[in-house]
Amino acid sequence: MTATEPRPHRDGEAWARPVDRLTTTATGAGTDTVTGKRVAGPIQGFGQMWQKTFSVRLEGVDKSPEQLVAHWKERFPTFWPKGATFYAPLAGIAPGEVALLEVPPLPGSPIKMSTGVMVIYADDQSFAFMTPEGHALSAWITFSGFRDGETTVAQVQALERTSDPFIELSYILGANRMNDRFWAQTLENLARSVGVITPDVRSEKICVDRRRQWRHVRNLRHSPAVNMAVATLTAPVRWLRRRGTRPT
Amino acid sequence: MTEGTRAEIRSTTRSDTSLMRIEGEITSGSEKPLMEAFAKAVDAGARTVILDFGALDYMNSGGIGLLVTLLVRAQRQNKRLMAIGLNEHYLQIFSLTRLDEAIGIHDTEAAAIAAAG
Repeated sequence: MTATEPRPHRDGEAWARPVDRLTTTATGAGTDTVTGKRVAGPIQGFGQMWQKTFSVRLEGVDKSPEQLVAHWKERFPTFWPKGATFYAPLAGIAPGEVALLEVPPLPGSPIKMSTGVMVIYADDQSFAFMTPEGHALSAWITFSGFRDGETTVAQVQALERTSDPFIELSYILGANRMNDRFWAQTLENLARSVGVITPDVRSEKICVDRRRQWRHVRNLRHSPAVNMAVATLTAPVRWLRRRGTRPT
Repeated sequence: MTEGTRAEIRSTTRSDTSLMRIEGEITSGSEKPLMEAFAKAVDAGARTVILDFGALDYMNSGGIGLLVTLLVRAQRQNKRLMAIGLNEHYLQIFSLTRLDEAIGIHDTEAAAIAAAG
């Protein structure tokens, strides 16, 4: 290295490169609703901004934070609660990769919502996802391992807003608590996988910004539910138009 | 490994604009120095705080989250945040996370002060 070359950053390899539109190598999901979309974080979201932190102490487990995070990355889909599916990209959880997801809108619902996440950051002690347009949440979610005394702790920290007014309403009516339960269950499953018999997940929720970002109300145009409703309501018109243009 | 975060406030040519020079790293553990420096700038009468990232050495995803929290705090108090000193690497991170849509980025302190109006 010469004196004129810039010093490489310690975080240089951990961050994804910016992309204009998402593409994915993940397969297996019924629908890919992510390709062609942009990422959208809490700055682009609509609802109140929440910082949610979930953690579990891995008492008696002989794993360093690095070993824990390696285990978490490798088996990430297996820790998700029943009914939700994570389709990992071919390169696994690595910076720039895009995964597909199928999650039930309500617990036990037979209907699945298709979406995805981009891995924006990954090092040996943490990794982070950012959601795409059309996802229920505009969020960054960081998964990490760290040492607290002699014990390794696994943590999920989300910084999130709901993406549009309908989802904000559902959050007020209970979806916020369901989302909390999702991450608590994920940490319970992770802890059990490394030998913790009765995991005790702690959580902390802070409303970082009570204001709703009405300038982002147009996020509704990406909403799968709205698009489905519009398609259903306009189906008769499209049918009549097709009949009108059919050759006699 | 951990270098810590240092955030120092200094005045600029405008009495309502302060410069916050950030050295070292920004992680989720940087909350205290960043928020204290921001409060000091506001107490000094700043309506705009220019974040100088010229001496930033490391930032992880927790650090980006902290910048958003700082942004929300600034907006709540009707203050503006601007950024200078971002090299190509950190410009890419601002672009990736779309933080550049909320924090004005400028090449120099003079350009940021001019934009502060």
